[in-house]
Formats: sequence, C-alpha cells, structure tokens
Amino acid sequence: MGLENQIFESLPDVITVKLDAVVNWARKSSLWPATFGLACCAIEMMNSVSARNDLSRFGAETFRASPRQADVMIVSGRVSRKMAPVLRRIYDQMPEPKWVISMGACATSGGVFDNYAIVQGVDKVVPVDIYIPGCPPRPEMLVHAIIMLQEKIMKESVKDRRDTFEEESRKSIVPGTLPVTEGTTLEDSARNNPTKPYTVPSKHEKRRSS
Amino acid sequence: MSVAIENLPEQAELLEDSLESQMTISMGPQHPSTHGVLRLELVLDGEVVVRTIPDIGYLHTGMEKLFEYKKYQQGIVITDRMDYLNPLGNNLAYVMAAEKLLQIEIPERGQVIRVLMCELQRIASHMVWLGTHALDIGAMSVFFFCFRQREKILNLIEAASGGRMTPSYFRIGGLMMDLPAGFERRCKQFLEDFPAAMETFETLVTGNTIFQSRTKEVGYISKEDAISWGLTGPCLRGSGVELDLRIHNPYTGYENYDFDIPVETGCDVWARFKVRMRELYESEKIVKQALGRLKPGPTKADAPKVVLPDRDDMRKHMDSLIHHFLIVAEGFNVPEGEVYHAIEASKGELGVYMKSNGGPKPERVHFRGPSFVNLSALPDMVEGELIADVVAVIGSLDIVLGEIDR
Amino acid sequence: MADTKVLHEFVEKLKEEKSEWVTEVIDALGEVTIIVPREAIVDVCWVLKKKHDFDMLADLCGGDRGPEEDPRFEVNYHLFSTTHYNRLRLKVLLTEDEPNVKTVTTVWKTANWHERETYDLLGIIFDNHPDLRRILLPSDFDGHALRKDYPLRGYEPYSLN
Repeated sequence: MGLENQIFESLPDVITVKLDAVVNWARKSSLWPATFGLACCAIEMMNSVSARNDLSRFGAETFRASPRQADVMIVSGRVSRKMAPVLRRIYDQMPEPKWVISMGACATSGGVFDNYAIVQGVDKVVPVDIYIPGCPPRPEMLVHAIIMLQEKIMKESVKDRRDTFEEESRKSIVPGTLPVTEGTTLEDSARNNPTKPYTVPSKHEKRRSS
Repeated sequence: MSVAIENLPEQAELLEDSLESQMTISMGPQHPSTHGVLRLELVLDGEVVVRTIPDIGYLHTGMEKLFEYKKYQQGIVITDRMDYLNPLGNNLAYVMAAEKLLQIEIPERGQVIRVLMCELQRIASHMVWLGTHALDIGAMSVFFFCFRQREKILNLIEAASGGRMTPSYFRIGGLMMDLPAGFERRCKQFLEDFPAAMETFETLVTGNTIFQSRTKEVGYISKEDAISWGLTGPCLRGSGVELDLRIHNPYTGYENYDFDIPVETGCDVWARFKVRMRELYESEKIVKQALGRLKPGPTKADAPKVVLPDRDDMRKHMDSLIHHFLIVAEGFNVPEGEVYHAIEASKGELGVYMKSNGGPKPERVHFRGPSFVNLSALPDMVEGELIADVVAVIGSLDIVLGEIDR
Repeated sequence: MADTKVLHEFVEKLKEEKSEWVTEVIDALGEVTIIVPREAIVDVCWVLKKKHDFDMLADLCGGDRGPEEDPRFEVNYHLFSTTHYNRLRLKVLLTEDEPNVKTVTTVWKTANWHERETYDLLGIIFDNHPDLRRILLPSDFDGHALRKDYPLRGYEPYSLN
C-alpha cells in the first residue's frame, strides 16, 4: 500500500549503513529555518515559501519563531551594529547542529551600505555556510542555497557537531540591548507611580461608559 | 478563605506581591509579528498593557549620511532599500525633490507611466500588508493568496525595470526606459484577474467574524490625537480625516484622475483595515485610467545635461556622448536651495527634504518616513489594551522597519 | 511653480503678532521659509497652530552646515494644515557652542520622535523634552553620525568585543 510497505517488502529486516549517512540524511530532509527577517531580503524569503516557489518541496518551509527549535538561520538583510549582538545571541541559542545562510549582498559584505552603521558582512559575527549574492536575491536563489546546504550537510560527520554551552554565550557583552527604561526619566516614573493591578480600563471601555 | 491566608502569612504576602508587581517583557527584535526588527518593551499588568516603549534602530543603515557622499543619481539606488515594499514610491519622492530643485518638468507620457507604476506598487504593498496582517491575527491562508497577486505585479515591474524589488525605475528627469512591448497587454491581464482575487480576500478576511471581533474597537486613536501625532495615509483616514496628498497637494498629474478618498470614522484597527481594502479598488481604478492615457511620446525631459541620452543618440551625436560621459563621471550640478516634497506613499506622507549647495552631491537629504511617524503613536494606541491586541495594532499601522530606521 | 501669495499672508499675520518673530523670509522654489529666532519657536508654533490652522507637524529635521560655518546647525520645521493644505517651513539657526532649542512636543506630540532622532544624529539638544535619548543608534554610540566631521565609516571597524 504505502511507501513503508514497499520498503518492508523489498528490504531485509536489518540493514547496515554508515551512521553519518543516515543521520545526515535525516537532518538535511527537514531543515527548519529560524524566522529572522531583517530587511528587503526577508520579503523575498517570505516569497520563497509562498505559492510560486514553495520551499516545502525541499523540506525547509517550517519557519520557527523560536531559535531553540531551528536548524538554519537565514540572515536576510543588512545587519546593523545595534543588531549584531542580538544576532549573535540568537545564533548562540540555536541548538547544534546549526547552519547559517547569509542572504544577499548586505549580509554578505555590507552591500551598498559601506558606512558607520552596518556590519560589513555577517561573517564577522557568526560563521557562515552559504553566501547568496544579489540585492535582493530572487527566491529561486534561496531555494538553490537550501539545496546547496543539503549537499554540504551530506558531507559532514556527526562527530564534528558539539553543543556550545549557553553560559558562554550569556557572558558575551551585549551593547545597545539594555532595557530602554534604564537610566531614563521613564524608569523613575515607573518606580514612583506603581499602578494597581487590573485597574487600567481599555480605551474603548472608557468610551463605552462615557 | 481569609482564615487560610491568616494561617499562611508568608504565602499570602507572596500572592499579594505577584498581583502588585508589574511585569516588563521584551517583544522583539526577533519576533514574527513585529514586521522586522522592532523591539517593544511592554510593561504589563496581567494581560493588560500599561506602558509601551518602542525601541527602534535595529536596522539603522545610515542612509541619510550616505546620501551626502553619493551623486544625485546614485542616491536613487539607496531609496529603493528604504521602504522595500514600496520602492517606486521612494524613487518618486526623491526624484521629484531633485526635479523641483533643478526646475525640470517631465513629459506627459513619463508622468502617466509614473502614476501607473506607483499605483501598481501600491497594490503590491497593500498585498503584503493584508497577508501579514491576517497572518498576525491568525488567518494563514490569506498570506499565500496575497503573495500570489503580488508576484504578478512584481513580474510587471520586473518587465519594465529589470528588478523585482529594487527597480530604481524613476530617474531624475524621466524614466530609466520606456515600457517594454506587451506591457499594456500583461497589465490588462492582471486587471482582469484582480477583481476575482479581491472577492477572495473579502470573503476570507472582511467577512470573517473572528477577524472582525479581533479588530473592532481595538487600537483606538481619536481624530485630534491622530493629527497631533502626525499620522498620515490610511491611519489618518481611518480616524475620519479626509486627507490624501494625491488630491490635496497633487503631483505627477494626479489631479487629472478620477478617484475617491476612502474615509472611515471608526478610529480603530477595523477602520484602518477597511480604508486600505477600499484603497485597493481606487488604485485599480487609477491604473485603468492611466492605461487609457498612455499615448506614444517621449518619457524623458529635454534636459541634456541632466538626463542620460538614448543609446542610439550616443552613437550618432558627439555632444550626446560628451553629456553621457559627464553625467556618469562627474554628475550634474544642482542649483543651491532647499525643498520639501511630499507624496502619498502606500503608508502615508513620504516627504523628502533636500538641500543642495550647488555641487553634484546633496548637502542634506532627510526622509520623513510615514512608518516612523505612525509607529510613534503606537504607545498611545495600545495603552490599556490586551497584549494580544498589540500585534493587531502593529499590523494595522503597516510599518516597514527599513523606512523607520533608515 | 506654485503660487506663494497665500503663504506670504501667513507671514504678514505673524509679523503683525510680533515683528521680532520673523528674522528673515525666504521665498524660493514655491516654498516659503521663515527664519525664527531660537527663543520664539514655541510661541510661533502655538500661534500658527491655534490661529492659522497649521495643525500638523509634517516633519522636523536638523542639518549641519559644516564645522566652519557659523551658525553651524539648523532645525527645520515643516508645518502642514489638514484644512487648507498649505505648507510652511520654519527654520531655527543654532551655534555650535549652544545647540539648544526649546522642544515643540507641547505643541505637537509627533515632535517627540523627530526631536529624538535629530538629537541622536546631530547632537542638537531640545530643552524640556520629556525623554531625550538616542533613538536609532545604540546607547553606547560615540559621537553624532550626521555631523559633517563624523567620518562616513565611523571611527573603527566593527568587532564583537
């Protein structure tokens, strides 16, 4: 009936393969990217999962909002100096095995933005596996990059992938990502005027009652 | 109950503490429904939002600095990457500001093509808004339908300019090139299919009771507040102010087209949603009219020192070749002065302040992004709402972080 | 070119109100710019908003004319009316030693973020602003990026440490 039955009939009960081959095959067939949209390329990334390009044909359409459930990080767009520490933290939060695709000219080399605000290439922050040129690259190019990554995964060995500990990443300094209330007048006002629980009426409720 | 608490004083204290305390959570910068890298610091009381502090700048690109180091025609490329859902609108604002400084007018056909392309781009931009707005609220399938329609428009833009998302199609003094053969036929084909698609959206989203109850009476902003916060575009029209720069400060010949301004008085997410939906029909109307007005003629202004000559001319005339060389190598000098030019982009008033010091590079270019101003009103809109509604309100503002952070 | 006669009427009315509010009037390219003394900007904005219906601040942006110029900085206020659809530009000139101007957040709420952006990129200080801190650049950023003497590529290349 199904595929399983046919495999069951045609193969013996026990088969021997290289561990790497079977693990890599499993890994490459369901790559889960993290939703990490930055700029223009993010729209093309969204396009690559939509009707025309349909990335799910290659098993990589399940975009996960949490980095802890993702395998591949698609850096889609320019990385500013304020964003770079955040990007690094998200990368650190991803469990091994993990891969990075640098999508577009800005992520790869800074692109047209050679100035004070943009990190000239995301490879200064995280290790990159696949670079995609283009500004922005077409969705087909992203699909191609995923296929290239799958080929790369097949050549890897299970032994090379070890977990890095979160403690390490927590230690890294994260400039510019401090809470915005810190050191401002807002902080003082928040401390001085604590509001009572559940007493803030919704605006439309206010309108209804008036 | 009271006896139980008396018996357990420590726990009661704990309980009281947990009720009294407010919780601060950070939403973003990597969050699926903040439309990019927006970070919100939300002070919550249970599920109710007490205070919102938006934290932007995670996509700060230093564009305004970069403009000062680029020649006028090179700046067009940078504008594409600002509001990347509406690049042609950005091109238009920048190019028209430069044209105002140079005091050149472009011919009729060029203007009609500008209107035509801008309205197509507006539909494409609203398609992304509709898809993501519905996705945020929980309707997944709309996204796929919207991107299918958008893809058709991107194909049209690609046919005209060679780029899907970064066209740089409008140039100072005209267009990059005329429309390709068969463009009108393909555009008409798109217009034929579009009403059916709109019907799908109306049934999928507008008629959806869950969507309605998630959006009605959420994110309220009154008319006076909306003006004081400087809201423009659909957000302002959703609060009952009839203001559309295409009609009230007309540019590129918009005064010759017949279309209405959709205005809603609900002041909430639902009103803004309806304004944008109705705008789609208006844009379709304008595209149809513009197609009817396309008559053969020149698309570039007669200003040889500013506009690049045609290839054919360059092969035949020596002075065209010289002009081409000078424009590309040295740029053109723009007379001293300062202008502010505003257009009605898909998200609101997109203004360009351009100051020239007489050289080939601008002294200062400032973009007044509609998303930037609209987002600044977010804390006012979501105060006292539930945390789940924050996502709906952000969706209704239709922000693009590339334009906010520049 | 657009007719600026209507705009000049507003300038005349403003002069009638208080003649020292208008230092200079520039009429160029269909737009009218009024140069306003630094101290008077909030009063001028209030009058224009209350009496002449300029109820929206379309844009507020600063500019650096270069370190050798005096006055070095300028702040442009682009006013817009949602009833008679006219635009007016107010300009305040500031020196390098004292780049301070009063905030107009009391007049229009939208000025809040515009002023923060101008402070962030140009270092112009808006007195009495409710929450004046950096908005686009990280809080530990050194210098003001849009000043002419700030290098395009910053002072040092990016590194994580």
